[in-house]
Amino acid sequence: MSQVAKELMALTGNEAAAYAMRQINPDVVAAYPITPQTELMQTFAQYVADGLVDTELVTVESEHSAMSACVGAAAAGARTMTATSSQGLALMWEVLYIASGLRLPIVMCVINRALSAPINIHGDHSDAMGARDSGWIQLFCENAQEVYDNVLQAVRIAEEVFLPVMVNYDGFIISHGVEVVETLPKEVVQAFVGERKTPYKLLDVEHPITVGALDLQDYYMEHKRAQSEAMRTAMPTILKIGEDFEKLTGRRYEAIETYRLDDAELAIVALGSTCGTAKDAIDELRDEGLKAGLLKIRVFRPFPWKYIQTALRGKKAVAVMDRAEGMSAVGGPVFHEVRSCLYDLGDRPPIVNYIYGLGGRDVSIEDIKKVFNELVPIAETGKVEDFYRYLGVRE
Amino acid sequence: MQDMLEIRWHARGGQGAKTAALLLAESLMGEGTYVQAFPEYGPERMGAPMRSYDRISSKPIRLHTSIKNPDVVIILDPSLLADPSTLDGLKEDGIILVNTVEDPKTVREKYNIKGRKIYTLNASQLAQEELKRDLASVPMLGALIKVTGLTNLEDFLAHIRKELERKFAHRPEVIEANLKLYQRAYQEVKSE
Amino acid sequence: MKLTDRLHSWKELPIGGIIPEGGTSRAYKTGTWRTGKKPVWHPERCIQCLFCWIYCPDDAILVTEDGKRADFDYDYCKGCGICARECPAKPEKAIEMVDELR
Repeated sequence: MSQVAKELMALTGNEAAAYAMRQINPDVVAAYPITPQTELMQTFAQYVADGLVDTELVTVESEHSAMSACVGAAAAGARTMTATSSQGLALMWEVLYIASGLRLPIVMCVINRALSAPINIHGDHSDAMGARDSGWIQLFCENAQEVYDNVLQAVRIAEEVFLPVMVNYDGFIISHGVEVVETLPKEVVQAFVGERKTPYKLLDVEHPITVGALDLQDYYMEHKRAQSEAMRTAMPTILKIGEDFEKLTGRRYEAIETYRLDDAELAIVALGSTCGTAKDAIDELRDEGLKAGLLKIRVFRPFPWKYIQTALRGKKAVAVMDRAEGMSAVGGPVFHEVRSCLYDLGDRPPIVNYIYGLGGRDVSIEDIKKVFNELVPIAETGKVEDFYRYLGVRE
Repeated sequence: MQDMLEIRWHARGGQGAKTAALLLAESLMGEGTYVQAFPEYGPERMGAPMRSYDRISSKPIRLHTSIKNPDVVIILDPSLLADPSTLDGLKEDGIILVNTVEDPKTVREKYNIKGRKIYTLNASQLAQEELKRDLASVPMLGALIKVTGLTNLEDFLAHIRKELERKFAHRPEVIEANLKLYQRAYQEVKSE
Repeated sequence: MKLTDRLHSWKELPIGGIIPEGGTSRAYKTGTWRTGKKPVWHPERCIQCLFCWIYCPDDAILVTEDGKRADFDYDYCKGCGICARECPAKPEKAIEMVDELR
């Protein structure tokens, strides 16, 4: 790794995101406050007020307007960012599809929070999972360091593949927890993100274009196929940007991260802050003689099915952790997709689903160990009686 | 230092326990010292019981779960001791640091506490004297440095001075009053 | 790239469904929508007020380089009749709607 001067800072996840945004210095940020995103925008608004960034901060009257303003700004060629949580993301819903359909490289921090009702302000993935089919690239962060790192990478990913990117991190657990974050100097960040590239400019009167034209039976399908291609072919670009970032920082970013998984017999699959706790649980289990391992999904969209297939091949039992109840009646969203990508394996591992941590319910080392211990009889018999389970719920 | 030290703050909303937990983490962070600080939000109201947490470790901290078996419990409002869950999970050789007018022996008898090491500081009064405000969390940090030996007073004060200079550059008297308060707390904390 | 010559493959489309140039409606000949009636211009009655040019909701009134009313461009005339209705020429209007069998 190169010797870039780095600085250690004690930052909350929100402050880490705001600091990354300050160093990126986006042209336009349009946002509306919502817990637990508020601290991020409050910190960034202070940077704007103090003249530390050149950003045009558009304070709007709702998240629907926030994303609409972002769509306009990004189409006009501005480097555009925003952030939201929970109900705010839900209110953005129709505009999310416009951002991705118009192929606009907007970067949005989604500070994951449960959806109402019942009303709850704490961390779970219901909001992001509801937007998983909206055509946005979705990255998930384990800790504040990954928040900082992924926000920087997201700008380049968005602008190189021309798709909007959500950087997800768990509300309160990450957003309001202080951790040590290694930051880069601003000029290094500026060189890393570079100038925004645009295939066209909305405000170029010499070369007028139409954005958002009506598209009927004769072309809509071709446009969706083209958009799908962008998502299908995004991964090499995401990985290449991860490699560039590793050269700067020594920190490796791929589609998935594995922890003691190579020789593991029992595996869990998870996203977000729980992965850290799982690593500690796995160390304890290994000391107790259980061959446990973790598959952490960093890039959820595009779904890294090939990497997951390879990583889980030959495992004796797999548990997929869903921090969202998909209400499909057959398990959570991550479970469906992980299970589906194992279909083509001749020798499929038995697989179970755990819905956990809803509404910020604490997840302890003991909880994770319980999951692994419940995998033991499944690994021995190869049989799964009930694949749709809850972790840490009162029966 | 052991691999990881875990601290649980018990306070009422508005007493500054969240800020104190964050400030502690920030002041201890450095090469080879990893920190984590996080509040536990409930109703987010003035006066409502709340907790915040610190982890200090010689290794990177990966855990993202609340602290159930702390090494130290800090109590900013002594009335919280009336709820026995305040000491739940505290290690047998753990530390209890209470803001109270009582001495450790009285606290032990009054709340029937077995084992553990009890320290007390009349932090509210100290803060009143030096800052003219009941900011008990400030002197409690000074006392915490003393009873845990997490760092030495000079390094801690040097960091605090830097922080205060950022916020109160135009009011040097506030900086000096705060630093004096930390020092007094460090000296006046009582053990059994 | 010309988008209007044929139906294109998804691989050929500009990003995000944009239309990458101006004036593309020229390729969309709305004159085929005309049913039953078409306007006919009588230059000898025309007072060159250009009301018809202003009122035409499409682009069916041609104007010469020196700003004079020229004939209709029937490729873009939907036969709506607004020009004939608004024509102020007296005693007879300069635009007349006539039956058109196609």
